[in-house]
Amino acid sequence: MRHVLSVLVNNEPGVLTRVSGLFSARGFNIESLSVAPVGDGSSSRITMVSHGDSQITEQITKQLNKLIPVIRVVDLTDGPHVERELMLIKVSAEREMRAEIMRIADIFRSRVVDATQVSFIIEVTGGSDKLDACLAMLSPLGVVEMVRTGKVAMSRGEKKT
Amino acid sequence: MKLNGAEIFVQCLQEMNVRTIFGYPGGAILNIYDEIYKAKFLRHILVRHEQGAVHAADGYARVTGEVGVVLVTSGPGATNAVTGLATANMDSIPIVCFSGQVSSSLIGNDAFQEADTVGITRSCTKHNYLVKKVEDLARIIREAFYIARTGRPGPVLIDIPKDILTQKTEHVYRDGRVDIPSYRPTIEGHTGQIRRAVKLMQKAQRPVIYSGGGVILSNAAPELTELARILGAPVTNTLMGLGGFPANDSLFLGMLGMHGTYEANMAVTRSDLLIAVGARFDDRVTGKVSEFAPEAEIIHIDIDPTSVSKNVKVDIPIVGDVKHVLSKIVELVKESTFRKQKPDYAAWWGEIETWRRRECLKFNQDDRVIQPQSVIKKLHELTQGNAIVVTDVGQHQMWAAQFYGFERPRRWLTSGGLGTMGYGLPASLGAIVAKPDEQVFLISGDGSIQMNIQELGTARQYRLPIKILILNNSFLGMVRQWQELFYGRRYSETDLSDMAAPDFQKLAEAYGATGLLAERPDQIEPVLRQTMETPGMVIAEFRTNRECNVYPMVPAGAAMNEMILL
Ligand SMILES: Cc1ncc(C[n+]2csc(CCOP(=O)(O)OP(=O)(O)O)c2C)c(N)n1
Repeated sequence: MRHVLSVLVNNEPGVLTRVSGLFSARGFNIESLSVAPVGDGSSSRITMVSHGDSQITEQITKQLNKLIPVIRVVDLTDGPHVERELMLIKVSAEREMRAEIMRIADIFRSRVVDATQVSFIIEVTGGSDKLDACLAMLSPLGVVEMVRTGKVAMSRGEKKT
Repeated sequence: MKLNGAEIFVQCLQEMNVRTIFGYPGGAILNIYDEIYKAKFLRHILVRHEQGAVHAADGYARVTGEVGVVLVTSGPGATNAVTGLATANMDSIPIVCFSGQVSSSLIGNDAFQEADTVGITRSCTKHNYLVKKVEDLARIIREAFYIARTGRPGPVLIDIPKDILTQKTEHVYRDGRVDIPSYRPTIEGHTGQIRRAVKLMQKAQRPVIYSGGGVILSNAAPELTELARILGAPVTNTLMGLGGFPANDSLFLGMLGMHGTYEANMAVTRSDLLIAVGARFDDRVTGKVSEFAPEAEIIHIDIDPTSVSKNVKVDIPIVGDVKHVLSKIVELVKESTFRKQKPDYAAWWGEIETWRRRECLKFNQDDRVIQPQSVIKKLHELTQGNAIVVTDVGQHQMWAAQFYGFERPRRWLTSGGLGTMGYGLPASLGAIVAKPDEQVFLISGDGSIQMNIQELGTARQYRLPIKILILNNSFLGMVRQWQELFYGRRYSETDLSDMAAPDFQKLAEAYGATGLLAERPDQIEPVLRQTMETPGMVIAEFRTNRECNVYPMVPAGAAMNEMILL
């Protein structure tokens, strides 16, 4: 089963290695991982997506909690939550293709953030399905380069993670 | 008051009430050694290898319950310490290890004697630190001691770059109290769960208490003993739990697991309630997990949530300090109707008695060759179970566990989780430094003793009167046993006969100790007596039956009731 974990940690050197080390020590893949400082910068929030049965994930959650700099671990998969990811796509865009690319960008409510005579960079945010779909539409037109962030996630409603 | 890093180090040790440290100097840590030279309150024990320093601090911690403190230099000093840290980590022993590091400006440049110590030790410590600013040093030291001894104890490493030791900052004396918001171990168990546990105890018909090292670590032996006696339930200890319940009590079944007793393993397999206390269901204990205690409901008391339901599914988990939780349970059991309507375990004890009659620890007696078991039995008799017994790893370790009855906690030191050969000698030095008035016996094998034998020099230097018993079978015995049973007797690289060992009597002499030798069974008692009566360090070698095996034995991967018996 796929799990989305939100991990709040003290923002200190080495903490990411400690967290990711727990996964590699048990031979699990981390599908995606994103980190950035939050609040006054004294803590960071890590969002990680991984696969495993619930016993394994329970063990990982406990092990994460056991790390000294880890403040809180929440498995968001259990409840309603919002997931977002950002993608930048560079497509080659010459003459007659340019309008077509803009149209596709529009459909996905994405934006062109860089334009040259021969290329566009398009920024898309959303769930992974949407990003995949956008990529699929643009691929035949000549994707030069692509980069995606890991997922970030937050539970819906009043609940705090 | 403005102090430099090295002075802060010494100040903090004083704050923490540290009186003894174990270490080995080197360039990166010289400033601290210079301060130690001046510090009157501190006793530094110079070992002969950094691994020895950590094991010695570990032995010190196990017998005292205090934090063991280690000081090593950068690079090779720190990497030599790794096995010691991993050993302590597996057995949850509180240690703070300080390692020197090259100057901050050189870190990451492959400087002379540089190693990524924090990276290397990350997975074998409870936590570790690299000090970045001298202003952080005191806080980090205080935190490290707190983390090492609270919750599930363990080793903590502090890596200190050389330049931090000379920089100055304001130092304020404080007691050791700290607060780390992201680290708050659960001490008290959940009341509802405790109630449910007591209910289960009331209706069980075939209960077994299975207790581990956590009972020793949290000083919960009295509470455990009280609970067992109120219930009238049988008790079995893990290797790490020996001494947590008196071995001479009629409720005691002996150790369980791979080399546990027949009655303990059978009782666990047949039990309908297993009360696991400070034990972590190691694979050496459970055997084949799917057939472990198949009929039992399981209560598991442990301070470490990651231990709960890790290997075996638990019905009632109680996370908390074992001592706290057990005293709550005892209180509830006393209040409840338990006392009046004591469950009747007569049928259960009847079953257990039939298993006991199998006398699984019987061994072949012989009047020509020394049976290793008889050396340990005799040692128990002569010391009346009062000695501190330290072991290395192998057959001798298991025989010591099986045949030396431990009545009290903190008198049995062995590397349980990691199984580190070479643990014994330095650990026994740590034990006797901590308890100079006790009799400390090291029981070792001819293989293990050679793995940190240089520490005889430490024993000599500080006149530490340890008594070393070498059960010499001229084999790496435990490995040979596996080769005999599972590899068609192909003794590949385990034969230590034919000049493969030193002359232990001469070796003793070289280190200023007394060397003794027993070759026949009738020499066991006189040699043991002489060992005890001779002042100073003694090395007594017992040439034993070469191909004696440890029984009972549960083969790896088999169920606990599938034992090989003699
Ligand atoms: C550092 C280390 N290396 C290897 C082993 C594997 N090992 C376990 S027991 C054993 C043999 C121990 O021989 P000895 O010390 O003579 O004790 P005996 O079993 O003969 O009593 C070995 C090699 C280990 N436990 N630790």
